Amino acid sequence: MALIKESFFSIDGLEKRLAGKKFWKVMMTEYWIPKDINFLWAMGVVLATTFALLIVSGIFLMMYYKPDTALAFDSVNYTIMQEVAYGWLFRHMHGVAASVIFLIIYIHMFTGIYYGSYKKGREMIWISGMLLFMTFSAAGFSGYMLPWGQMSYWAAAVITNLFAGGSLEAWGLVEWIRGGFAVNDATLTRFFMLHVFLLPLVIIKIIVIHFYTLRIPHVNNQDSDDIDYDAEAEKYLAGNKKEAKVIPFWPVFLSKDFAVLGIFLIFYFYLVFFNYNFAMDPVNFDPANAMVTPAHIYPEWYFLWSYETLRGPFFDMFGMKAGDIGLIIFGLAQVIFLVFPFLDKDPDVLPAHKRPRFFIWFWIMIVDLLVLSVYGKLPPTGANAWVGFYATAVFLLLWISLPFITKADAKSRGAL
Amino acid sequence: MRELKILAVVVFFTAALYWGVEPYAHSVLHPHVEDAEYEFKDVDGLKGTKGDATKGAELVAANCTACHSIEKAGFPAIMDNASAGASYGVVPPDLSSAGHLYDANFLAAFIKDPAKATKTTHKYEGGATHPMPGYAWMQPQEVADMVAYLQSIAPKQMSNKEVFVDACQRCHSIKYGDFYGGTMAAKTPDENIKTYMGVIPPDLSQYIRSRGASYLHTFINDPQKHLEGTAMPRVGLTKASEDQVIAYMTEVGDSKKPEREALAGPFLGYLVIFAIFAWLWKAKIWREVH
Repeated sequence: MALIKESFFSIDGLEKRLAGKKFWKVMMTEYWIPKDINFLWAMGVVLATTFALLIVSGIFLMMYYKPDTALAFDSVNYTIMQEVAYGWLFRHMHGVAASVIFLIIYIHMFTGIYYGSYKKGREMIWISGMLLFMTFSAAGFSGYMLPWGQMSYWAAAVITNLFAGGSLEAWGLVEWIRGGFAVNDATLTRFFMLHVFLLPLVIIKIIVIHFYTLRIPHVNNQDSDDIDYDAEAEKYLAGNKKEAKVIPFWPVFLSKDFAVLGIFLIFYFYLVFFNYNFAMDPVNFDPANAMVTPAHIYPEWYFLWSYETLRGPFFDMFGMKAGDIGLIIFGLAQVIFLVFPFLDKDPDVLPAHKRPRFFIWFWIMIVDLLVLSVYGKLPPTGANAWVGFYATAVFLLLWISLPFITKADAKSRGAL
Repeated sequence: MRELKILAVVVFFTAALYWGVEPYAHSVLHPHVEDAEYEFKDVDGLKGTKGDATKGAELVAANCTACHSIEKAGFPAIMDNASAGASYGVVPPDLSSAGHLYDANFLAAFIKDPAKATKTTHKYEGGATHPMPGYAWMQPQEVADMVAYLQSIAPKQMSNKEVFVDACQRCHSIKYGDFYGGTMAAKTPDENIKTYMGVIPPDLSQYIRSRGASYLHTFINDPQKHLEGTAMPRVGLTKASEDQVIAYMTEVGDSKKPEREALAGPFLGYLVIFAIFAWLWKAKIWREVH
């Protein structure tokens, strides 16, 4: 280390010690982003902001929340919602942000899939992103338990019970997860710990990794154009801003992000004030009661599609029990997106509209997930059960066909 | 232009998903029921008979006050709530405000046959009887006289809370109404009401959030519509009284509603201004690169 003689108490001295200007340059003004992007590229910053809203509102909620089955419901619905100044605002912000963040995650995910931003150098971005999706799912599930309402209790009972499915039962997994034979106080306190400590910690860590994985392969662009970043950056720095294919993260990219963020925040706070029931299920305003099963138990909307793959196979097939088949498909649904880059056999990075078969695959997948989500909420009876069955079958077929259709696209383009 | 097309696609699929999992799914999960009906046309009511309050006073004193208190007319309660609950199964209502709270036709029909008027005959099959005996043996004129009397002594105006206390609190707690004092607990002790109703009737503190005003209106007006076979009686509240009950449940269960509604405007207004400046700044910055 070179000795630094400038005083610690001077701007110059601080600069020598921390190299703030260099750091700012590397992270901001000379972090290059493609110019050919649309508003979907702002979803990362929208997500980061929503996550910040969750952290801040969560901190305020945690000051008054009591993780105890005897106290939790009233601490949320009386202390926070009625007594604490603006406690209701923080709870509505937290509940709505927890729901809306999944909408943005899905948009972010399918933007990546559409433009091929998960492959040929960008695999780590995709994988770290999917790990974030999984940890956010765990955070959503554990947080939903905390108000200790009817849906908290019964969703916890149903979902933890998945670990008693098939031969898992013998391992005593479900009792180990619950800390007892039924969902109880120990379940609440451990999920509280996960929700306010371990999961946020892990999420923050993976966010840092996610940002880091972006740095080397760079952000993709609308035409999946392979940009020579050094050459383009040189153009930009030389003042040839209009011709350069790149823009700096600050202020150009972020100025667009803030504009999109402005619109998003209007939408989000409109929901916070006027339309929050979709995120804060009315049934959960009934206190948890182990003796009364709600008429309809369903997860939050963002889990509905995978929940429906669990219920889809409703009769025994191939010598297996319906429940076991459902559990296998459900398990597959949780991890299959993770290996997307390896199921896509097309060697080129192109947006979906330049990959005819994949383009169709993409929109069928979107519609299928939509159908699964809607029917995941409806009672699985009569025709509904069959819609769920076929939608689950389509979901599986889409994944099985992915390597073949991506290869076929490549072949007809002459790339293979 | 391209961005607008993309936005339209995103909005379309988001809206379709929202419609599917919210309005559509809920319409399937909670089938629509007919609107509340406040004239109680189905009951065996007054049928236009005009009552005489003076005669009614005598009839009420002779027939009702053995069980019911009427504080307003000088008949105090002879038992405390615990003893009354144990004796009758449920604390009998004080009749001071009955003429104001309940529809006159419903009240007449109730006096004649309580189980039928409240649509709870399914609870009294196999020997059990409604705690209040029916007075169908009386002349229709006499029933009309008693209704007229109850109306004559009833207050003309009551607060939302008073209406809730008289109409609901004999069976239901609403503990958020007095969280630390506990005065809003159900008047009938739990063990008695459980025997009478089959379950402990729910605490209503958060029912405005869990059920919503529109469900509460149709439910209170006729519980069987939503929950066939429920032990909850149809109570025959007038529309005005029912509005007051729900207003009280809102004051208690959603006490920050006025604050929420007042804050929304300035909050969203600020964000609109932020969005405008953000777009202007973005346009300025991007002019240099396009």
